[in-house]
Amino acid sequence: MGDVFTPVNFALLLIGTVGGLILGATPGLSPTMAVALLIPFTFQLEPQQGLILLGAAYTSTVAGGAVSAILLKIPGAPANIATTLDGHTMALNGQGAKALQVSFLASAVGGIFGVLLLIFLTPVLAQWALAFGPSHLFWLAILGVTVIGTLDSSSVVKGLLSGCIGLWLATIGFDDIMGAQRFIFHSSLSGGINVIPALIGLFAIPQVITMLTKGRSDSGAEVITVQRHPIGAALREVFGRLRALSIGTGVGSIIGLIPGVGGQIAGLVAYDQSKKFSAESEKFGKGHPEGVIAAESANNAMVGPSLVPLLTLSIPGSPTAAVLLGGLLIHGIFPGPDLFMNYPAVAWTFIDSMLIGQILMCVFGLFIAGLAAKVARVPHAVMAAIVLALAVFGSYSVQNSMGDVYVMATLGLGMYFLERFGFSAAPLVLGLILGPIAEANFIQGSMIANATVGLGPYFFTGALNWLLIAIVVVSISYSVWMELRQRRYTTKDDAVAKEESLT
Amino acid sequence: MSDLPRTQHIIASGLIAAVGVTVAWISYTQEPAQAYLFPRMISSVFAVLAIWTFGKAVLGRTKVGNGLSAQAMFNMAPGLVVMLVYVFWAAKALGFYTATTITVFILISLYDPAPHGAAKTWIKRILITAGFMAVMYGLFALLLNVFTPREVFF
Repeated sequence: MGDVFTPVNFALLLIGTVGGLILGATPGLSPTMAVALLIPFTFQLEPQQGLILLGAAYTSTVAGGAVSAILLKIPGAPANIATTLDGHTMALNGQGAKALQVSFLASAVGGIFGVLLLIFLTPVLAQWALAFGPSHLFWLAILGVTVIGTLDSSSVVKGLLSGCIGLWLATIGFDDIMGAQRFIFHSSLSGGINVIPALIGLFAIPQVITMLTKGRSDSGAEVITVQRHPIGAALREVFGRLRALSIGTGVGSIIGLIPGVGGQIAGLVAYDQSKKFSAESEKFGKGHPEGVIAAESANNAMVGPSLVPLLTLSIPGSPTAAVLLGGLLIHGIFPGPDLFMNYPAVAWTFIDSMLIGQILMCVFGLFIAGLAAKVARVPHAVMAAIVLALAVFGSYSVQNSMGDVYVMATLGLGMYFLERFGFSAAPLVLGLILGPIAEANFIQGSMIANATVGLGPYFFTGALNWLLIAIVVVSISYSVWMELRQRRYTTKDDAVAKEESLT
Repeated sequence: MSDLPRTQHIIASGLIAAVGVTVAWISYTQEPAQAYLFPRMISSVFAVLAIWTFGKAVLGRTKVGNGLSAQAMFNMAPGLVVMLVYVFWAAKALGFYTATTITVFILISLYDPAPHGAAKTWIKRILITAGFMAVMYGLFALLLNVFTPREVFF
């Protein structure tokens, strides 16, 4: 843990934490987008330092999103949607400070538990992951894309299609075996698609265009005045409601481990479960602190576990983890089972800094919530211009190439239109990130297969292969079933509404 | 579902289907075949899913996605033009800092809800632009030493 406390590292941790809180409180800047925009700032830093900055920003943007959720009823990130339900009502009832304090304390408890889980689970899983061969890694990469494709999208087919587009984009450029050029339609694509400009474009540009579609209308949101509230009372409030705190922390940690599920679902599931098990369930939605505690502890508890598949198997479990993978790769670090053997200092400093970051996030969150709320009111026009400029500078600085800027803008523009038609950025990004892993392991596996048992038996035998294939099939089938069920209810509701309007 | 989104869904999914089929066709026709082994596999799934989506759009059975309203397109059009000019021409031709200054100022002026007749609001826009650019120049050019295409003023 000593490496975290060197002056430069600790300063970066502070900058990442405070910056993340402010970025998180800004509606429209999701943790994924914030981390993607920060990556170019880490180029000049040592890998350890760069990762400390990114890790701190990831942690505190999720918590910072609660500020705008509570004071403006605008979730800073999708993970804070459940927080608006009770947090904003508390603020309207004159309990804004209490809601903010409760939210940061619960976030810290959930976050610390999540990072501890990361600390204890990662080395164990990394040992286990050493047994993974090319066929397992291939199926694992496909699993990552399909799970996110089916869970993150409102349409299973469109989610999987987004994943396919991402996988295809990953094949652009020279192939590793033959050195042949593939799908190079423009000179900007000759080196393939660099992950960082692609991530910046896919997450930032659609947001910029969405802000532009609002035209000359401001958000109009009024910041609620925050009255003073004793911190001791907030501490008693949080630790006096252990049921909500443990449900939120537990649900968030479990959901974080499942690739693709994310903070939004963690927050909503924890809120729902906390309401079901609460003795005061009728108070939920009317400004009940338990709602804030459950939602915020859950969305921060999922941060640590969401990095477990990334650090052990190099499979990012969430879009933000995918961006972090981009950050690791840009510093020449390839995560996986041997990460802790090859780069122990980097890996442990990164994890330790996330633990310290949770405490700093809580301390700073309690102090700068008022300032962050003011930043949250930055007009759309200013925010759009700032994000656009940062996206262009960030993309260019990856390789000093205008080609990267063109790729960033083209992908971003395309993603905006795709989103309007029900496609999601997350599976596309995962496809882009996992594509090279899937292809490399598929080619390596097919070479081994051709020399031994043949392609079919190699990829379709063995307990682990079948387990992974079964999870792929179950996740797709479950999502199709859920979609059909939801559609049936919607159709039934429409029919009832039509009947009522006729009578 | 209204007619406008349905038409939009058909156009959008048609374009994606066209891309999917083209990618699949290239994967199966280009040489060396070994280099296209993986693309063949994914492009086949890509093409099938894209044609499926297109078929659903044609039948009017697309349930997700709202398309784009005329108002949204009208609102975004000027900003989008400024953005495209900035990215694809001005950033390189005028230099990053000059182009960014102009773009930020135009975007803020176009989309700021404050009245355009008052001098105070223009001063505010100029100050925001200047402040932001000072931070960008300080961070990228002075602190991080990031090389950018520089022309005209910087």
